[in-house]
Amino acid sequence: MKLFNFRSNTFRHGVHPPAHKSETSGLPIRQFPFAPLLVLPAAQHIGTPSAIIVREGQEVTRGQVLAEAVGYVSVPLHAPVSGTVRKLANVPTLGGKMVPGIYLEAFPFSTQEVLTTTPIHVETASAEDILQGIQNAGIVGLGGAGFPTHVKLKVPEGKTCEVLLINGIECEPYLTTDHRVMLEQADAIFQGIRYLMKATGAQRTIIGVEANKQDAADHLAARIPAGAPIAVAVMPVKYPQGAEKMLVTSVLGVEVPSGGLPIDVGAIVVNIATTAEIGRLLPYGRGIQERVITITGPGVKKKGNYLIPIGTPLRFVLEQVGVTDTISEVYLGGPMMGTAVSNLDISIVKGTSGVVVFTEEAVRADQHIYPCIKCGACLAACPISLNPSKLGILAKFEAYDEMATHHHLMDCFECGACSYVCPSHIPLVQYFRLSKSIVRKRQNAQKPAADA
Amino acid sequence: MPKSPLLMLNKTLHISTSPHLVKGVSTDQIMLNVVLALLPVAVFSVYAFGLNALLLLTTTTLACVLTELGLCRLASQASTVADWSAVITGLLLGLTLPPIFPLWMAGVGGVIAIALGKFIFGGLGYNVFNPALVGRAFLQAAFPAAITTWYPSFLPDRFEHLAGSVLTFPLLAPQVDGISGATPLAAFKFEQVTTATSDLFLGLTSGSAGETCALLILLGGLYLAARNMLNWRIPLAVLGSAFLLSGILYLVDSQVYPSPVFMLFSGGLLLGAVFMATDMVASPLTPLGVVIYGAVIGFLTIIIRIWGGLPEGVMYAILLANALSPHIDQWLQPRVYGTTKKPAP
Repeated sequence: MKLFNFRSNTFRHGVHPPAHKSETSGLPIRQFPFAPLLVLPAAQHIGTPSAIIVREGQEVTRGQVLAEAVGYVSVPLHAPVSGTVRKLANVPTLGGKMVPGIYLEAFPFSTQEVLTTTPIHVETASAEDILQGIQNAGIVGLGGAGFPTHVKLKVPEGKTCEVLLINGIECEPYLTTDHRVMLEQADAIFQGIRYLMKATGAQRTIIGVEANKQDAADHLAARIPAGAPIAVAVMPVKYPQGAEKMLVTSVLGVEVPSGGLPIDVGAIVVNIATTAEIGRLLPYGRGIQERVITITGPGVKKKGNYLIPIGTPLRFVLEQVGVTDTISEVYLGGPMMGTAVSNLDISIVKGTSGVVVFTEEAVRADQHIYPCIKCGACLAACPISLNPSKLGILAKFEAYDEMATHHHLMDCFECGACSYVCPSHIPLVQYFRLSKSIVRKRQNAQKPAADA
Repeated sequence: MPKSPLLMLNKTLHISTSPHLVKGVSTDQIMLNVVLALLPVAVFSVYAFGLNALLLLTTTTLACVLTELGLCRLASQASTVADWSAVITGLLLGLTLPPIFPLWMAGVGGVIAIALGKFIFGGLGYNVFNPALVGRAFLQAAFPAAITTWYPSFLPDRFEHLAGSVLTFPLLAPQVDGISGATPLAAFKFEQVTTATSDLFLGLTSGSAGETCALLILLGGLYLAARNMLNWRIPLAVLGSAFLLSGILYLVDSQVYPSPVFMLFSGGLLLGAVFMATDMVASPLTPLGVVIYGAVIGFLTIIIRIWGGLPEGVMYAILLANALSPHIDQWLQPRVYGTTKKPAP
């Protein structure tokens, strides 16, 4: 019996970085021009890379499959533009690795109509049909993770999905992609929710929106189809509210077990842009060819929210929006978790949610690193109540195993709140990323020995 | 490959790992703000005790800064004086000493504070104890007479005349002036005389150089707490527990035990609670840990004051609690999200 319910509708701790969202949140989504040459990595998702099925010189239609899914944890890649396959070669990616890919030259005078295949009707399709349709559409988490959505939606044996959470939090500063999608694609979102509820068997849906997007929350709430078990929940503004586990806690008031997934507490979380894409593509049996991206930051001249074809080279994107002379650092994703770009020849992929351009003045200067003064700011920031101060000291002494066994290192999801608040500028989350990969490597090295 | 007329940046892009934003408060700024918060207390000290206090504070601060400089050079490492922490230690040490404390002894205290209180543990961030109090504890043990020789405040000639003991030649015992002013705590302990609360609050009494004016100490604390550079839970826990214990005792027998208000505003309790117990390095990290730590200080102070041999107990209370704080942290590790058990200590 709950006599007193003191639970607030948020998670513990968190930080409040300056939002900078008003710079683009009022700008409607605009179609971006086609680049003369698109560069498409075959693998734009976590899992097995797709297998390229076109050959050099082949002419393809917009929406045609260029690369097929290989196995279950994989998705196909569709042509974002009608054109000619110029070359199959290794292409640069954000991580610096060269991966197999396709250079696709657009037809200059094509009508660019999108190929339509067998539609998936939400009324008649089975859950399996919908999951297959989502895989065929090449959909991955558009929030940035790039994990194939159909895999995430598959409810494991013995578990049930009671509630579907649609993630419209968008807690990263600067980004307004999801905000615009909510304001402009409400119908597609509700259509997507119908597909998702059928695919997961969820009884109800809650759309989580952060309070700084009240207009979007109101807009969606007013358009909920009559009788649909869908609610909009407005959450206080706090980073990293948009992290899956934090959203589950904020909305449902329960914690996802350490090392577990939201499905362990009967929930599945899907990003709102992914939901809209499912609602937009599945009725036509189409594949994903473009996505909404916020292009912003002090170094951008024409800031805005653009619908950009997948594979558009970053250099072309920046040329179209115009950058200032003082451009110094470019991030894909938001400034809290996004990755700095080392090469402008990489291209927009399915998981790119934003392009943030910082100028020389805005770039974080290399600050002097002081010793940890045990101020406790990181403890008050960590959304999962780790002790980053202690972990940071252990990392410095390379005590990686102790970090994992005694201090829950592997629960860290690298939101960066600790590094953000640290007055001594200790690269805490950077230490933890490194430590986690070392621990994982050591664990993998031990596995074969254990199996033998 | 067709060459496209694309943006040709002839600039090297800056690369860094996320997060690409920082909150913008740095450790040296925090330390500088503590110095700023201490300045009014120091200025009042000079106003109340004249040249004596001015020379004392200058000596301890210089001793601390120079020791830090010298030790950094000795250890062939970059100087850490710019982080302002040595200045804080110097100021705090001076403020906890009697205003006519011989300067050579004060200088020795400064050297000890930095060398044995901080540097030997690895410098800023690694000290187990509050460095200023380590220095003062040394002086208390080494020079028990000089450190309990008090002086009246607001003497008319305080800006022209130095007390005789101040310029004592090193290694000699200080000459006694004949003028002395008992602190409110000593007056109570040894003569059962209480001081008016308004005098304590405004600093019209005798005492250590910086402990007399409760008002300015509280203002400095409020400033730091408002700027989020001081954990307000610590002074609150210290003062709350001291008030509680002395309040209970006062209720038991108001003839024997002083009033809790007198206990709060007399001696170094306020200065210790606001500026020394809150030393981030030597205090616990978790909200609950901090409250326990503060309560230990408050209770111990009252216990030492009432049943101990010394009239004042803040220094030992804080040092003891400093020693406890890593253990408090270990017992009170926060429960990690998604787990039911606390992490093993």
